[in-house]
Amino acid sequence: MAAGNFEKYKSDGSIGGNVLEWVDARFPATSLWKGHLSEYYAPKNFNFWYFFGSLALLVLVIQIVTGIFLVMHYKPDAAVNANGVPIAFASVEYIMRDVPGGWLIRYMHSTGASAFFIVVYLHMFRGLLYGSYRKPRELTWLFGVGIFLVLMGEAFFGYLLPWGQMSFWGAQVIVNLFSAIPVIGPDLSIIIRGDFVVGDATLNRFFSFHVIAFPLVLLGLVAAHVLALHETGSNNPDGVEIKANKDENGIPLDGIPFHPYYTVKDIVGVVVFLMVFSAVMFFAPEGGGYFLETPNFYPADPLKTPPHIAPVWYFTPYYSILRAMVWNFFGLPAKLWGVVGMGASVVIFAALPWLDRSPVKSIRYRGPITKVMLTIFVICFFILGYLGTLSPSPMGELVSQICTVFYFGFFLGMPWWSRMDKFKPVPDRVTMK
Amino acid sequence: MKKFLIALLFAPVLAFASGAAVHLDKWPGSVSDKAALQNGAKLFVNYCLNCHGASYMRYKNLMDLGLTETQVKDNLMFTADKIGELMRVAARSDEQKLWFGAAPPDLTIIARARGEAGNAGAGADWLYTYLRSFYRDVNRPTGWNNVVFENVGMPHILYGLQGEQVRNHETHKLELAVPGSMAPAEFDKAVSDLVGFMVWMAEPQQEFRRTLGVFVLAFLALLFVVSYALKKEYWKDIH
Amino acid sequence: MSKQGKMDCGRRRLIVATAAVGGVGAVGALVPFVSSLLPSERAKAAGAPVEVDISKLEPGQMMTVEWRGKPVWIINRTKDMLDTLPKLADAVADPKSEKDQQPAYAKNDTRSIKPEIMVVIGICTHLGCSPSQKFKKGSEEGMGGEWLGGFLCPCHGSTFDFAGRVFKAKPAPTNLEVPPHVYLSDTRILVGEDKKGA
Repeated sequence: MAAGNFEKYKSDGSIGGNVLEWVDARFPATSLWKGHLSEYYAPKNFNFWYFFGSLALLVLVIQIVTGIFLVMHYKPDAAVNANGVPIAFASVEYIMRDVPGGWLIRYMHSTGASAFFIVVYLHMFRGLLYGSYRKPRELTWLFGVGIFLVLMGEAFFGYLLPWGQMSFWGAQVIVNLFSAIPVIGPDLSIIIRGDFVVGDATLNRFFSFHVIAFPLVLLGLVAAHVLALHETGSNNPDGVEIKANKDENGIPLDGIPFHPYYTVKDIVGVVVFLMVFSAVMFFAPEGGGYFLETPNFYPADPLKTPPHIAPVWYFTPYYSILRAMVWNFFGLPAKLWGVVGMGASVVIFAALPWLDRSPVKSIRYRGPITKVMLTIFVICFFILGYLGTLSPSPMGELVSQICTVFYFGFFLGMPWWSRMDKFKPVPDRVTMK
Repeated sequence: MKKFLIALLFAPVLAFASGAAVHLDKWPGSVSDKAALQNGAKLFVNYCLNCHGASYMRYKNLMDLGLTETQVKDNLMFTADKIGELMRVAARSDEQKLWFGAAPPDLTIIARARGEAGNAGAGADWLYTYLRSFYRDVNRPTGWNNVVFENVGMPHILYGLQGEQVRNHETHKLELAVPGSMAPAEFDKAVSDLVGFMVWMAEPQQEFRRTLGVFVLAFLALLFVVSYALKKEYWKDIH
Repeated sequence: MSKQGKMDCGRRRLIVATAAVGGVGAVGALVPFVSSLLPSERAKAAGAPVEVDISKLEPGQMMTVEWRGKPVWIINRTKDMLDTLPKLADAVADPKSEKDQQPAYAKNDTRSIKPEIMVVIGICTHLGCSPSQKFKKGSEEGMGGEWLGGFLCPCHGSTFDFAGRVFKAKPAPTNLEVPPHVYLSDTRILVGEDKKGA
């Protein structure tokens, strides 16, 4: 089904046809078009949750295009200008005020960052619902986890660039996490910063990572993610393999060509997404103080920590897990366990294909245990996220510890609870609900 | 089980729903009131710009408030000579650091910086309350203190307009001891105008942004209608 | 699916409608990006008109001021210098300033508002170098014996007379550009703007 042996294009004698034939003899134009779009057969029963893959691609494009234009005006320089303001910070306000249309491009980029995580979280949740990570799509899932990790790095580096108070202190805290690693930790954090504090060297290398290194890796992983998906074919809300039932031409009975059917459908999804996106961007670009945190309207001041610092919302669940670790297990300090817990909470997604032992993929045919576990997981994820935006408190610590236990319990207990659960018989063919 | 889940869901809300330490008065103004913004600009230039810069803002932008170039030049520009220049502060920040202990912050985007998570518009309320909450305090080097910003380094710059307030030791409320040149309601209006100007200055294109947003959404609605019809047309094949 | 291979009319109409509306949207989305390539407010402020005081400019002297990052020459031409201009009418490429390199009020024999005061952008119209002064007659400054005084571009050898007119058979295609300018008073010129307080 993926880019395979498609017949080469034959010209109809017109000039355009001749050009196409010439190109197709030297470049896999036909096989790319057919293999990935017009003769890529996707299950016909995709529902709402299947919009977020193409939307993630859209947001990636938005971020890259707006980023290219922002780099034309932004200056990664921590030195102070004649007005006593760091040049990097002033250059962001310059974009907002002096560059024609700059404010809109900047809001697209800042709203796009949060939109990226919203879309990716929903895309991942779809995977959890319908078992998209399971055999034979493990590699697609692993590439996806890679994308998620790189995206977090990309967002983290990018957040330093406006050089506001939140930028500075957020980077300070996260970089100091690495110093918790035994033996090499303190030196490692100095290598990351290139200085003894977060400074001009840090700003410049984060800029380099944000605009060159990580986007390159991200694009590569996205390509691998899509290629792997098109090799196995898409899963669907019933978790049925459509390739098991083919017609005499080898076309899956429940499959429809991605183009035009899903292209026209995704266009509708894109338009609805753009409406939500525009509503935020034009009427609440700060996202209520969560997309653009208000302390970041003060320039970075290494001598004054803001009274309340919190990571941007998309990092807060993991940040809560970090704060929940307050015990010195096995003679190792709590700070280290916090870092380990935070790292593990992200990386553990990669183990899902091997943790899930249920005989069926989709939640539609799985029993109450799965439904309850998934519900608790999502609720814990939200609570952890909410707590991460607040200042630390004893009550918050206790709740986040309980939620952390449930969070990891969901994954680590999965080999048992996924097998224990009841399940319903899975139909041979997909259903249209 | 369900009860447990609900309890889990609401535990943090109950545990952390604590109010702000100081009550903030709601800013009564609006950024679409051009006359108020012009008045605010005048107050800002006369009272604030001596110590605080607005160094991301150009004098030229003040023309967006419905002023002509000559009006801006004659009434609002004291330290610059070209309309395209930034609204810099006359005093030097290192000298100010000596006088006040800290360099006065740049005020261009202070209204946004004073917002809160979950309430980005709270910056206006904070400024509106803060500027009206100075009181006499002999223990402070400037002779002034503030209810909203305790031990603030800034003296009460508008005291000639408001008069002198003192803090009642029992009720902790502020009382007007010496009246200023403005009646209290008049002073509140002046501060409201000043805050309005600062809210506007924090993002001068905000009105245009919202207007543009309406058009963009209307356009997308149209695009939705045609693209949805197209999708329906194709998908009528699929059963 | 349109298995017959032909597309029915309604479907075609919807494709065109969606593409048209989407195309309008795409063009609209281009606006902020393209406009961000234009000079910013900072660039405009830096390119604002410049006021010049010429009261100390002696006859025969030249001063240079910066406007939009370019050198603007103001030359107080002596009678002697002005007298060279009619003599060169056959030697220069565009003696009557037919090409649009000056505002209408400078389209005259001296290419200036006041005959003696020349205001001109000191950028060669060939490839943008700034010509150097060769005010002395004859070969004293390395020019030919016929030289009556003017400017020589060091990059590709274009020569200009005291009115910024380019000589024939030189790489520069047009005369030097006269910027918009206006006399605020007898001795004060505003370079970059035609009208007072516009």
